[in-house]
Formats: sequence, C-alpha cells, structure tokens
Amino acid sequence: MEIINLEGTEDTPKIILDKDKALFEISGRSLPEDAAEFYAPILEWLDKYQSAPNPETNFLFKLEYFNTASSKLILDILSKLDNIAGARVTWYYHEDDEDMEEAGEEFSELVENLPFEFKSY
Amino acid sequence: MLRQNLILVYEGEFTQEITKSVLAMAERNMDAFGEEASIKRKVFNVMVECLQNICKHAESYDTESYGKNSAIFMIGKHKNEYIITSGNAVPKDRVQELSARLAHINSLDKDGLKELYKEIIKNGELSSKGGAGLGFIDMARKSGHKLRYDFEPINDRLSFFSLRTIISRTNS
Repeated sequence: MEIINLEGTEDTPKIILDKDKALFEISGRSLPEDAAEFYAPILEWLDKYQSAPNPETNFLFKLEYFNTASSKLILDILSKLDNIAGARVTWYYHEDDEDMEEAGEEFSELVENLPFEFKSY
Repeated sequence: MLRQNLILVYEGEFTQEITKSVLAMAERNMDAFGEEASIKRKVFNVMVECLQNICKHAESYDTESYGKNSAIFMIGKHKNEYIITSGNAVPKDRVQELSARLAHINSLDKDGLKELYKEIIKNGELSSKGGAGLGFIDMARKSGHKLRYDFEPINDRLSFFSLRTIISRTNS
C-alpha cells in the first residue's frame, strides 16, 4: 500500500501513514486554510486501509495545536478508525497543556468503540 | 498607545500568508518577554480562529482602496490580560444570525459550551468556505470570559462587526 509521508510546516502537521512499518502518526500544528482539502488524501488512504488493515493499528496523535476546521476533520479520521477492528489511539499532550488533554477526551467521547490511551510528554 | 500596550496592529487585506506572519510576530513577542506556555497557547488559539474568520468571511467596503477583505486586527497586553480585537465588514443580512449566535454562546457556562461544541462537531457540516461553525465557541472556551461584540451600520449593504476576546494572564 502507498505510503503517505508529509513533512510538517508552520500551518500543517507532519503525517506518516505506513502500513508495512505499522506507522500511523499525525503531529505538530494543524491550521491549514482549507482543512477539508488538506485531509482529503488522508481520509482516502484510510478508506483503502480499512479494506485490509493490519491486525493492530495504533494511531498516534501528537498535536501541538489545531484549529476548529481541523478538529472536524480529525473527528472524521477517528470515525474511520472507529470502524477498523484492532485500531486504537494514543493521544499525546504536553504535560502542561490541559486544553489538548481535554480535546482528546472529548474526541474519545465522540466515537463508539475506539480505545484511547493518553500520554503526556 | 503606550498605555494600551499594543503588541501588534494590522489593517488591510487578510490571507493565510498574512495570518501566518501575524501569528509568528505575536508568538515571537510573547516569547521575548517569557510568557507562560499555557497562556501563549490560548492567545495563539484565539488569534487563529479570529484571523481565519476574517479570511473566510470579511467583506470589503472599498475593494479598490483596501483589497477584497479589508479588516483590522489588534492584540494588546495589559498587566493581567491579553485583549484580541478584530473589526471587519459583514453583509447586513448576516448581522441578525451572527448576533444571535454570539448571544447564545455568551449565555452558556463552561459545560454548556462544551456540549454545544460536541453537538456541532458531531452533527455539523463544513460550510462552503470550509468553516466548521466552531470558531466563536472555541474562542469563548479558551477565553473563559464573555465575548464582546458590536455591529455598526456602514451603508445599505454592510455593517462593521467588532469582536473582542480576553485571555487572562493569571491562571484561573
């Protein structure tokens, strides 16, 4: 399966999606002008991945900041993961970033089955 | 000017590139006097929502002189708080809806805002302009204070919308 490997920029996150190496990660800042356009390839990739996923999918979110338009797309990603057997989320937040911790908790309440693990750094 | 301690004022056309520059300048300024990371993040957050609202929704009242979405954006630092202010033209027919949304947000407490946020993120669709309809709610949540806003008629078609958000510097 194709690998997605995007370098982070000042307004878009670093993204790695690599099925063979079992790497699934979104990190950094997400405040693109057009969040739907930016995340469209990620959602498409997950649609393909969903048809033949690894037995385990540990999806890492290590976001420093995201805007509200991105939050809607992050929920779309989580909703897709919610339908993938063996998927789980590790949600990283900076140790003094209560807002990011709370954002992760809210996302976890918005999905059905997807387990969340919270880790501070 | 000195008394108000303005960190930054920008007036003119707004784009994503300008948004990034304004954010970088404000960040550098807050770093320069060693602002606490948690406060810095909240200020950054409110600035992003405010600036991207302008990029998406501001109308120009004089395209020839000011470009397509002229607006004013200011950030000021007082002893105990940051004040983030924006002003831009909006179509008159949007004033009632905007005003009702802001009044509703201001009527809610912390838990009420959280519920509204979750309801909209779950059931809302992105607008044609790519907005999630969550910006004001997020600003109110990060602020912890009421949003202050005002609408002044400009002409038959437009009103001037000003919005002020406060971020306390003392952790509450």
